[in-house]
Amino acid sequence: MSILGTRVVRKEDPKFLTQGATYTDDLVDERLTGALHATIVRSQVAHGKVLSVDTSDALAAPGVVAVITAADLKDLSPMPHGFPFIHESIVHQWLVDDVVQFVGDPVAVVLTEERYQGEDAAEMVAVDIEPLPAVVTVEDAIKDETVLFPDAGSNIAATFGADRPEDFFEGCEVVVTQPIVNQRVAAAPLETRAAAAAWGDDGRVTIFCSNQGAQQVKGQIAGWLGIEPETIRVVTPDVGGGFGAKIGADPEFALIAWIAKIVGRPVRWAENRSENLVGMVHGRGQHQVVRIGGSKDGKVEAYSIEVIQEGGAYPRIGVVLPNLTMLMAPGVYAFPKVHAKAQVVLTNTTSTGAYRGAGRPEATAAVERAIDLFAAEIGMDPADVRRKNLLPKFTEPHTTPMGATYDSGDYQAALDKVLDAAGYADLRKEQQARRDRGDVKQLGLGMSVYVEITGADNGAGALEHAKLEIHKDGSATVLTGTSPHGQGHDTAYSMLVNDQLGIPMDKITVIHGDTDLIPAGGGTMGSRSLQQGGAAVHKAAIELIEEARKRAADILEANPEDLVIDKANMGLSVKGTPGSTVSFASLAEKEELMIDTIFDAGVPTFPFGAHLAVVEVDVESGKAHVQRLIAVDDAGTILNPLLAEGQRHGGYAQGVAQALLEEILYDPDGNPLTSTLADYPFVSATELPSFELVEMETVTPVNPLGAKGIGEAGTIGSTPAVQNAVVDAVSYLGVRHIDMPTSAMRVWKAINQAGNNAGTDRKDS
Amino acid sequence: MQVSMTVNGQSRTDDVEPRLLLVHYLREVVGLRATNIGCDTTSCGACTVIVDGLTVKSCTVLAAQADGSEVTTLEGLSGKDGAMHPVPAAFHSEHGLQCGFCTPGMVMASIGLLKDNPHPTDREVREGLEGNLCRCTGYHNIVKAVLKAAEAGAAAGTVGASEVSA
Repeated sequence: MSILGTRVVRKEDPKFLTQGATYTDDLVDERLTGALHATIVRSQVAHGKVLSVDTSDALAAPGVVAVITAADLKDLSPMPHGFPFIHESIVHQWLVDDVVQFVGDPVAVVLTEERYQGEDAAEMVAVDIEPLPAVVTVEDAIKDETVLFPDAGSNIAATFGADRPEDFFEGCEVVVTQPIVNQRVAAAPLETRAAAAAWGDDGRVTIFCSNQGAQQVKGQIAGWLGIEPETIRVVTPDVGGGFGAKIGADPEFALIAWIAKIVGRPVRWAENRSENLVGMVHGRGQHQVVRIGGSKDGKVEAYSIEVIQEGGAYPRIGVVLPNLTMLMAPGVYAFPKVHAKAQVVLTNTTSTGAYRGAGRPEATAAVERAIDLFAAEIGMDPADVRRKNLLPKFTEPHTTPMGATYDSGDYQAALDKVLDAAGYADLRKEQQARRDRGDVKQLGLGMSVYVEITGADNGAGALEHAKLEIHKDGSATVLTGTSPHGQGHDTAYSMLVNDQLGIPMDKITVIHGDTDLIPAGGGTMGSRSLQQGGAAVHKAAIELIEEARKRAADILEANPEDLVIDKANMGLSVKGTPGSTVSFASLAEKEELMIDTIFDAGVPTFPFGAHLAVVEVDVESGKAHVQRLIAVDDAGTILNPLLAEGQRHGGYAQGVAQALLEEILYDPDGNPLTSTLADYPFVSATELPSFELVEMETVTPVNPLGAKGIGEAGTIGSTPAVQNAVVDAVSYLGVRHIDMPTSAMRVWKAINQAGNNAGTDRKDS
Repeated sequence: MQVSMTVNGQSRTDDVEPRLLLVHYLREVVGLRATNIGCDTTSCGACTVIVDGLTVKSCTVLAAQADGSEVTTLEGLSGKDGAMHPVPAAFHSEHGLQCGFCTPGMVMASIGLLKDNPHPTDREVREGLEGNLCRCTGYHNIVKAVLKAAEAGAAAGTVGASEVSA
């Protein structure tokens, strides 16, 4: 009987639970013996001309070995952003000596023998900056009164898509328009960024770093530093969460590596939380205008979304995410007409990057709000409007007006399942009863139906590598190009090997995140690991059986096709002749038994689901609390329900967090106001309920496992469900929209605003 | 200055800077790196350890303040036979961890919580762990794990008592 589909507890846990994991800052490695500690001195000014950087006091401080400034990096070209559609003059200095572009821009690096000495000495580096006008909001940025990179001519770094045709909504009985802010948030993995670098006598550098994909880091750093990729080894040890923000190399990693070369000693860097909240890329940050038009009976005819994406100071991954928002704009709906356009705008703030879902949650939040706004306008239950517009069940690929080809889906069933499980009709009755009684605590019901895209499209990102070797003692090693940071790949991939070969889980070692051992790989991002990395491991196991079959046939003097897998004895035997087994181990003893393979999915998959949030809103204070979250997340075949549920739970929490609480804020001068976890309202256990999971599995034909990605789904579905629920709770007071986070203050203001506007025409076309 | 304390049952004396935080003492002087640092503001709880029977956030305590104390970290929970303590064992069976970074602090905080309240409700677990942040699990399985450990402790009557008593 196959182990697949069973709740296998994680193999990696015992070490984590007795000795602790080994994160980058935990490493005790002889290559790092005598390492210096790096402390990065960062700009305290959002925009300004650097007049001087005086390091003399710092150099005299105890333990200081060197203070590196831009002058020490003359051999290094500025870092190109790598996006062909963005003006080439927008470059990132490793250490700034002309114009700083955000609070957190690195200016100098202090190297000390001990950790505490670095913080002391960093305070002694005197950085004199003449402030320039700070461009903090996108509204200010697009005026181009102050241009961050004057040679580029504009703060609008890129535009995707065309203008909306004039007659786009012609013939619609109802058109609703709503500006929506999908606010800037912090990924805030519990482990902040860390890196360590050591150069060997052979001229090669080993870079240890906390990241979601060692191979990508290696390629980027080689390009940035202008050195041969072969001279770089990147190792990602245990990683304490990533959530998209640890995709790709951070400039600091390359800087640490280069400085280690300059000073001729290993260097380690581990940022603190305040540095993390200004230095690590932020997520989301989209300013949208949605327009939805259709007939009064609930049929939507046309939908438009126009996006302004906050890029922050320097173009990072965030600048390409609006493309995913545009691609996924119509979501689960059969809208006849869809329009999407996006602009990317630079501001004097931290750069934006990927955060769980990365572009897709923004699309879903917009369209799911739009549906609710449309429903409110025509006075129809939002569930009914959804039913009227959902794509019907399909098993053959479906191509949307935006050009996405969904693999398989049954959105209607997902919605029905979640509403049934929640007891939707009874909840609506309770809501009405509370309204009739005039309760202080009102009930809100919010739903979302979503589809998202996981795994990369054609190209290098669609490939994943797997190497599987059987050893003489019968144990096995799996090498994967994916890179876990909490997802449980060790367990999942061991299950796949066990399923094919019968080798016990504890005799299978899964190795990842070392570019010398695994030169090529796509890393873990975009919920791609199981559907691409797992499929590669599965493929390697099948190919290994075929290789073993050839060799065993010789030994057994049988036809290869007469041999069957004997999982109990971990080998192959002649059909109908028990006891004739040739074990994999014995084959490995004679000759290396190893498969190195690539799985190419070719196309992504499109997981989907439906969420219902039940919130209670105190209409006197505006405080909202999530009482229940009921969810269907259909990710095709589930390998290990325990792991899949864990991914869903974590996703819900982050979705609820964005909907209710979390937001990165700046003051008008560009000073960050949320640069500690005391200021940034990170969601805790008290703000969340236990979640209610409803199962559904629609297999994908795209890979042999039938699996779609699950890592980001929970976030994508829960965010609009909770936001819609908060709005729904106070909709009877005339509230139509509240931007996230739906904090008590925002909800309270919306209630009062609606009261003041009572009787005015809210319709906008 | 000199500090003496018992860490996971082993007595030791070290010469440290007066300003050295307990978490850095444990990580860099003693070499026990399970205890993690996730913030600088006593907000996340990743550094939670048990000092003289009380859970404390070791990024807020000076090593000097723990002079003369008994300190227990995650590494000190396993029995001499290597058996996993009931609280981390429940985290394992309930999938109460993903990336594992918050886990040592979360486990130590849970032991403290159960010591004060051996039979908590779901709500009491959530409130008891409010000072420990997790980004991966959504807390769902952490709460389940603590409730399961409470059951196990109720049966045995000793969740962590022997290891963490003053």
